[in-house]
Amino acid sequence: MEKRVTFRGWLLPLLLIAPQVVISAVFFFYPAGQAIWQSLFIPDPFGLSSQYVGLGNFEFLLGDKFYRASFVTTAVFSILVTLCSMIPALFLAVIADRLIKGSGVYRTMLIWPYAVAPAIAGVLWLFMFNTRVGVVSWYLGQLGYDWNHVLNGGEAMGLVVVASAWGRISYNFLFFFAALQAVPRSVIEAAAIDGARFWRRFWTIVLPLLSPTTFFLLVVNVVYSFFETFGVIHTITAGGPQQSTTVLVYKVFSDGFVGQDLGSSSAQSVILLIVVGALTIIQFKFIEKRVHY
Amino acid sequence: MKKSVLGALAVSTMLSPVAAMAETEVQFWHAFTGRLGELVKAQVEEFNASQSDYVVVESHKGNYSETLNAGIAAFRAGEQPHILMVFEVGTATMMAAGGAIKPVHEVMAESGASFDPDAYIGAVKGYYTSTDGQMLSLPFNSSTPVLWVNRDAMQAAGVDPDTDLSTWQQVGETLDALKAGGEDCGLVTAWQSWIHLENFSAYHDVPFASKDNGFAGLDTELMLNGEAQIAHLTAMGEWAKDGKFIYTGRRNEGGANFRAGECALFTESSAGYAGISSEAEFEFDVRPLPYWDGVGNAPQNTIIGGASLWVMSGHEDAEYKGVGEFLSFLSSSDVQASWHQNTGYLPITAEAGVATRAAGFYEQNPGTDIAVIQMTAKEPTANSKGLRLGSFDQIRGIIDEELEGIWSGDKTAQEAMDSAKERGDALLRRFEAANR
Repeated sequence: MEKRVTFRGWLLPLLLIAPQVVISAVFFFYPAGQAIWQSLFIPDPFGLSSQYVGLGNFEFLLGDKFYRASFVTTAVFSILVTLCSMIPALFLAVIADRLIKGSGVYRTMLIWPYAVAPAIAGVLWLFMFNTRVGVVSWYLGQLGYDWNHVLNGGEAMGLVVVASAWGRISYNFLFFFAALQAVPRSVIEAAAIDGARFWRRFWTIVLPLLSPTTFFLLVVNVVYSFFETFGVIHTITAGGPQQSTTVLVYKVFSDGFVGQDLGSSSAQSVILLIVVGALTIIQFKFIEKRVHY
Repeated sequence: MKKSVLGALAVSTMLSPVAAMAETEVQFWHAFTGRLGELVKAQVEEFNASQSDYVVVESHKGNYSETLNAGIAAFRAGEQPHILMVFEVGTATMMAAGGAIKPVHEVMAESGASFDPDAYIGAVKGYYTSTDGQMLSLPFNSSTPVLWVNRDAMQAAGVDPDTDLSTWQQVGETLDALKAGGEDCGLVTAWQSWIHLENFSAYHDVPFASKDNGFAGLDTELMLNGEAQIAHLTAMGEWAKDGKFIYTGRRNEGGANFRAGECALFTESSAGYAGISSEAEFEFDVRPLPYWDGVGNAPQNTIIGGASLWVMSGHEDAEYKGVGEFLSFLSSSDVQASWHQNTGYLPITAEAGVATRAAGFYEQNPGTDIAVIQMTAKEPTANSKGLRLGSFDQIRGIIDEELEGIWSGDKTAQEAMDSAKERGDALLRRFEAANR
């Protein structure tokens, strides 16, 4: 039998949830509603006139093969960013967990990149990989590899993925590290006594016990790669070369704030809202089943 | 509360013996920082000190796009400045916003400030003039593309630095010679769409878009896939394939390579002068932008890039009077001549150019007059007056993408420009729908 605390009357519970409701309404429902409403119009930038077009903005978008292609770009980008930010983070956390001496310094150093703003991280990576004056591209040149992300779409994608994932590794590291510390020593010791080596213990005991954290980070990182990476993309590639790094959220930004096309920008926000909503539902419905709390 | 504060202010102003008449404030939003920001500030201070009726308050609102966005957002909130700086690609957006702006010719006529539309250089003001010849915004900073030559690099590759580079045919031969001489970066460019398509079209007197490049109506279509443009881009694509033209990025990334002495030739704005003259540790030259001999009516005139000042609607008549005075001050010969000499931007009046020449500036700084000559040698035609296309910032983005397709060898010039036209036209139709 589930135990529940029940309140008598309405006033107190209403009062208690009011702040959350107000915040959600002001910062989420109102803007989302505005976006949906505006997606039905083609307004001029100054708000002087507005043409009702029904679903015209959506038709225009979905009829554009470059917009459809940017779904694929976004999927590739998000998967890569999520993997590149979670796997190294887990690896580093496992190593840090086994450290006995100097783990404090090691941990602090690993957290630093998180403090670097995305746009600045973008500029840093851009300097290193600048096709003519960059340090890394110079060394690559010495090795006989001609690095040119301004014309090579694959290299451009690689660069924005690394730049986006880099700062994120710190964030993920923190969570993995905390979760590793919480794995009961007794369980691991018992397994060790039974003769399980490190990797076997890791796969059969540690990783399953980390699953709630991994799941949480998966959701958070996917959302991050969808919404918060446009600063990096803006500074490094501006969506190019050709359209190889134009992800959905970058297009929302450039159509809305560069092109002043608020109708299309709103319609794209609505589509993005639906996509991310669907993704989150899928994650909770299917992946969460494999999570052991 | 607000009222009582205002009331108190009014009373204190009336009681104050010094300020017998309140000074009218004029807000001026611009996009300049650094050296240019200081120069703007100095202009404003000079104006404020020169009279006591108006105070111009200048504020920096970010880069060009950000300044335009700030102006638009402020207008929506009813807090717009009197004067807003808008870069040239935002011109169509501003023109279409009839209710948000007050045309400069109207402001000047009403304010009674001295204003002679004929004093402005045709090719500069043409960009900001309506089809019936009325000036809509005041040109502020304008530049035009020229060819920069690294004489030392030419010499090192065994090429005579004084080689004639007036035509692209000659540039092509020089690039061959440079490559044969061991130069690994013959040609680099900044602002590829602006220089190699927009200016290219004007310079050869071929249309970039229908309806007089958009001046005659919103129902314009891109014509950048014409024969002349395709031939030029095909040649550039060949040079890119042979490593004679190096692509560095969509903006002015190439400037870093040229200033570092890595590249022999560089197509860039005349306003690159300040940076190149201060950083380059080699002998350099300014030459007119090359043209294809025998194509179109080349050389016609080139067109401008830069920004103009728009007057926003919704303010008091007294304030517009101040705006008129300030714009008139900015157009005066002295202010323009010093702006031109300090920045490398073009003077907006012919008189300022004459004054600069008379002061001996061009002799001391050879090449600084090339841009002026290139712009003013011929009377602009319908193809070389400028461009007036909606969503043009975005269309430039599309053109950049397609050009990258040519440089990487993924597309032929024809395929790329056909696609740019198709995609750009879709945006033009949306702009037309939004401003019906």
